[in-house]
Amino acid sequence: MSKILMKGNEAVAEAAIRAGCRLYFAYPITPQSELIEYMAKMMPKVNGTFLQAESEVSAINMVYGAAGCGKRVMTSSSSPGISLKQEGISYIAGAQLPAVIINVQRGGPGLGDIQPAQGDYFQAVKGGGHGDYRMIVLAPSSVQEFADMASEAFDLADKYRNPVTILADGMLGQMMEPVEFKETLSDEEIEALGEQHKSWCIHPNEDGDKKHHHEINSLEIDPAMLEKHVENLYAKYAEIEKNEVRYDTYNLSDDNEILCVAWGTASRVIKSAINELKAQGKSVGMIRPITCWPYPYEAVAAAIGPKVKQVYVFELNTGQMLDDVKIAVCGKAPVKFWGKVGGIVFTPAEIQQKLEECFK
Amino acid sequence: MTTEMICAGFGGQGVLTIGKFIAQSGMKEGRNVSWLPSYGPEMRGGTANVSAVVSDEPIASPIVSYPDILVALNQPSLDKFGPQVRKNGVVIVNTSACPHGCKREDVQIVAAPMSDIALEIGSIRVLNMLAIGIVIGKTGLIKYDTLEEDLKSFLAAKDPDLLELNLTAIKRGMEIGQQG
Repeated sequence: MSKILMKGNEAVAEAAIRAGCRLYFAYPITPQSELIEYMAKMMPKVNGTFLQAESEVSAINMVYGAAGCGKRVMTSSSSPGISLKQEGISYIAGAQLPAVIINVQRGGPGLGDIQPAQGDYFQAVKGGGHGDYRMIVLAPSSVQEFADMASEAFDLADKYRNPVTILADGMLGQMMEPVEFKETLSDEEIEALGEQHKSWCIHPNEDGDKKHHHEINSLEIDPAMLEKHVENLYAKYAEIEKNEVRYDTYNLSDDNEILCVAWGTASRVIKSAINELKAQGKSVGMIRPITCWPYPYEAVAAAIGPKVKQVYVFELNTGQMLDDVKIAVCGKAPVKFWGKVGGIVFTPAEIQQKLEECFK
Repeated sequence: MTTEMICAGFGGQGVLTIGKFIAQSGMKEGRNVSWLPSYGPEMRGGTANVSAVVSDEPIASPIVSYPDILVALNQPSLDKFGPQVRKNGVVIVNTSACPHGCKREDVQIVAAPMSDIALEIGSIRVLNMLAIGIVIGKTGLIKYDTLEEDLKSFLAAKDPDLLELNLTAIKRGMEIGQQG
């Protein structure tokens, strides 16, 4: 399969369809709208359902219903729209349903602006909805990775019966890069995927057995029952933390004097600055969490080389992942932060200057 | 090798398309590419710009601080991005819309009344292809044949007359680029 030059928004939509998504409910918002437009165009061609809901709240509840049927279902939005979905996400987590939610982040708070930002880290990673729940959060840094994460997100959602978010931003959504699509599931394979959920999901009663009855619910009115339910959820989250931590490194070595930590779009800019410093003979490494939850605490700690005198966190917010880095570093090295907000993406030149200051 | 480029002009001059065809041709020639548009609440006649990177290595930042090539189709674009061009970089100036020109002496300037030439060829719509031609003629960033093939698959069925005009504009641009 040859490479295609595509916007991130379109690439992830195409990849989701290839991964077996046949149900998609959403409401338009910039800078995510190409995603919903692509789904509107393509879903009818694969006998899928595209529905532009009357609101984001409505869309996430349609996802809740469809996920209860054990089907691969997705919604997408950008920051303010994702806020509206939080109640539904909490219900989906509580009812233990597989679903994929894409957030193409923009500047906030409130309506903010429509430029790229990373201000929704807390919301995605620390739980934007109510109650004790966790959501698996995947953070892409290129159009190819954004697309690849579609099938990965569905697989993880199915495996753990848990909502999975792909936390992108306006730059990844609007940017075009070459993409290669790795697999396309056939209708039979998609049908077979649904079979794994038959023990719990709502499906037609084929044998006429009236006792064959499944309930999808996030309500447990008996405290003893709810206690057990939440404990079970936490046992599941512990499994995810054990199995699903993902991260990437760049120019990591024992010579590193600075260790950068950055995720998503921000990490791309850091790479350019690292290259410029390398040309000057200055060694800077980077670790990039791919899963923001579960967070790669141990890997971040292990990435601090013997000569590292500064851990430097760069984000397009005022320091949200910073908290997790501090937990990981645990006082072993000084941790510093610099970020840009308002939908303004820092440039390689700005990062280079910040890093050079550490060598003075 | 990595070549970073910024194309900028008025909305409607086709700067995003310049970046797109360069990125697409670069990709077809087996190189890594990225295309990052400015986007936002813009009105017709407002400013637009795109960063395009073509590289033999994986692309780090798609955001360009110091371009190797700048295509400036109007004066505000030249004023904004001109100072950022790397030393010995290439600045392509549309003198039809840049009355004050580029004052730098440490870059290679290719200046031509591009809007007027496009009209002379037959349509202001080919201004962006004229610009791509100059980029090819001056820097050899992509191959003409790749671009021609790409344009043909895009325009041959849709608008064959426009295809011919575009190819004429690219060739004319290449002549200007080779001389400049």
